[in-house]
Formats: sequence, structure tokens, C-alpha cells
Amino acid sequence: MITIDQVSKWYGSAQVLKRCTTGVAKGEVVVVCGPSGSGKSTLIKCVNGLEPFQEGAITVDGIAVGDRKTNLSKLRARIGMVFQHFELFPHLTVMRNLELAQIRVLGRSAGESAERGMRLLDRVGLREHAQKYPGQLSGGQQQRVAIARALAMDPIAMLFDEPTSALDPEMINEVLDVMVALAQDGMTMMVVTHEMGFARRVAQRVVFMDRGEIVEDAPTADFFGRPHSERAQTFLSKILQH
Amino acid sequence: MFADFDFDVIIRSLPYLFYDGMTFTLTLTVLATIGGIVFGTLLALMRLSGIAPLALLAAGYVNLMRSVPLVLMIFWFYFLVPYIGQWMTGASRPIQVGAFVSSLVTFTLFEAAYFGEIMRAGIQSIPRGQVAAAQALGMTYPQTMGYIVLPQAFRNMVPVLLTQTIILFQDTSLVYVLSITDFLGAASKVAQRDGRLVEMYLFAAAVYFVISFAASQGVRWLQARTAIAR
Repeated sequence: MITIDQVSKWYGSAQVLKRCTTGVAKGEVVVVCGPSGSGKSTLIKCVNGLEPFQEGAITVDGIAVGDRKTNLSKLRARIGMVFQHFELFPHLTVMRNLELAQIRVLGRSAGESAERGMRLLDRVGLREHAQKYPGQLSGGQQQRVAIARALAMDPIAMLFDEPTSALDPEMINEVLDVMVALAQDGMTMMVVTHEMGFARRVAQRVVFMDRGEIVEDAPTADFFGRPHSERAQTFLSKILQH
Repeated sequence: MFADFDFDVIIRSLPYLFYDGMTFTLTLTVLATIGGIVFGTLLALMRLSGIAPLALLAAGYVNLMRSVPLVLMIFWFYFLVPYIGQWMTGASRPIQVGAFVSSLVTFTLFEAAYFGEIMRAGIQSIPRGQVAAAQALGMTYPQTMGYIVLPQAFRNMVPVLLTQTIILFQDTSLVYVLSITDFLGAASKVAQRDGRLVEMYLFAAAVYFVISFAASQGVRWLQARTAIAR
């Protein structure tokens, strides 16, 4: 579904991604982790072309992201993305947040968009908040709306960029529950996160990044059981000690 | 000086001052504001486009407009617009457009420089993540701007835009140099006809003050209200 092949990226002279190669198969859940500044967020933003890269190739459903001839807007409409800071549109109600791109990008009718939006709000347990503005919701609720907004587009894959890092601890689980349910439904997911419990439960593979490189790319059990690299061992011991 | 202050001249000329004068002043203010915001937003988008020739063109325009006195622009356009019209339509004579159209064009073009800078600040105040979220949903550049960025930028900037409109309202009095009957022009004509300069100019000043001050208070109230809403 998603292939990432020898991707390198520079900001000026600083190289932030070094020949990264990995992928996500259809129906697979891959967790990307690593210390901050390791390039994991940058890598996931390259997948739907929000960040350009200079070398290598990324394809989604066979379409080359870096190709100048690719209609990026069209491709992005088929890939859901959830951001660290939710990025709901604050001037629109929850319902309008869910409808807007369905109507303007997919060309769905108002009725169909509203119905689909409502169904997804129901799924994330926020039906009664449809007419509120994002500012009236808690962080956890906003992030669930953001997931519903992405799902409303019927994406072929979902990208999560640290979806719980900006949340208060008591709100993390309500978001993770939605993500777990999504994974169990067979959604193709690439998830940048520090939530190792989530990785253990639903990820088929874990990709560990450090300083712009993919250091480990292993099945979940192997990654947690016997990480090969010293860097991954150090990272795990730091993050799992409590 | 106030011993023979004649209130009656003010009362007698009220219909003329307001029906003729103030109507013109307000019409010009409203239309130039709308035109200035539309054209100014275009300038802001050009400056932020990242396309060097467009950005330079818009920046040059803004700097030019901000470096030339408004009165000069009013004169200049009044005499120039007929010739531009002639050149554009290929007519044999300069096209007379009238003082109103000429001053509307002038104010729109002039104010666009200021409104444009306000809109630019407004657009830049929208977090980059909002653009990324819109793009991630498959929205194109015009959709991202039209549905996500500009509505928020405009809303954040309403108080500043209104403050600029109040300045514009006062500046429209400069059209009196074209002998147009705006509010000040009307007051001025009565003043000279009846020899009542003190009364008329004091009254005109009071009217400008009351309207501008009331509008400023309105903007402050609006600002306080939106601050709570956010």
C-alpha cells in the first residue's frame, strides 16, 4: 500500500532523513517511534506530500508521491491524516468540519455528507457534539473528531502524526481506543507515537528511527523482545522503565 | 466671535448636508472599503505566494501607494483616468468618468495597499497546521484559502479592518479638492454662500468626531466580544 524507498531529505545543508526504506502493507499497522528530532514526523509527512523530499521514492497505492505529474490533492484526498494538534477548523462547527471536504473535494451531496459525518461522529462517540465548535470540546474529543473527519473521506490508509502527544494523560485512552478499533477493522495505518502499549496491542511492525535513519524495522514481538541495535535498546529502556 | 453664532444656518442646511453630502461620503467609504479589501486580499495573496515576480510586484505596489500623498493621487487619477479609459477602449477622446468614479477608483487602489497589509498579517496569523490539515483532506490552494485561511484571517482582522475604514471615512473628505459635494464639501459650500464659516466648519468637525468616535467604540466593543469568544 505504502512503499518508502531510499528517501533522503535536507533542510538546507542539514540532512533530516537518510536513505529511509520501509513500507506498510494493505491492512497492516506500523508504528514509527524514536527520540524527538529523529525525523519520524518528517517521514510521515513525506508520505502524503506535505513535506517534499529530495531523493528516493514514495508510492501510495502505486502512485508516486514525489512525481511532478502526480495530482497531489487527489492523492491526499484518499489518505487520511491525523495531526498532533488536531487542526480542526475552529471557525466551523464539528459537523461542518466533517462535511466540508466531502462536499468540496469528493463532490458528495450535502445530505450524503451529513449522513456519513453523523455516522462517524457516532462511531467516535460524539454524536451530541455535532453542532458545537471545536473550541468547546476537550483535547481528546477534538482529536476524535479529527479522526472522524479523516475517515469521512473513506481513506485507503491513515497516517497518525503523534496523535496523543498533545493530550492530557486522562484523555489519551479515549483516542487510543478509537485507533485500536480502527486497526481491528483492518485499516491500513502508519502511526508515529510513543505509546508503546498501543504498539504492542495492534502493530504488526515497529520502525525505530534515530537521527534521520531507520535503525530497526522489525515485527512487534521481535522489536520489544530482542532489539538488535544499542540505540533501540537505550530508547526502550528509557521509555518503558515506568 | 460666538456672540452672533447662527444655529439656524446649520438647521436650514441639514437636508443638503446629509442627503447630498453624507450620502456621498458614506457611499464612497463603503464601496472603497469593499473594493480595497477585495483588491488588498489579492495583493496579500500575491505577496505570500512564494512566486518572486508576483510578490515583488505586489510589494512594489504597496510601497508606491504608501509613499505618495493621497491628495496627489486624487488629483492624478482625476486627470489620468479619462486617458486610461481612452487608451483601453481605443476611443478618440478622453472618456469622462465623473468625479465619483474617479475618486472611487483612487480610494480603492490607495486603500488596497493598507487593507492588503492588514490581510497579510491576518493570513500569517493562521497556524501552518491549518493549511496542512486542509491539504491533507485533498483541498487545492484556492479551496484551502477560500474555505479555511481567508475566513479565519478576515475574522481575526475585522477590528483592524474597521479601524482602517474609520480612517478612510475621514480621508474621503479630501475629495473636496475635486469640488465634489461630499459632507465636508457640502458644509464648505454653505459656509461660503452664507458667509458662516465658523458655524459650518465647527459643525462638520463635530459630525466627523461623533461618527468616528462612536464607530471606534463599536470596534472596541466588538474586539472585547471576540476576545471572549476565542
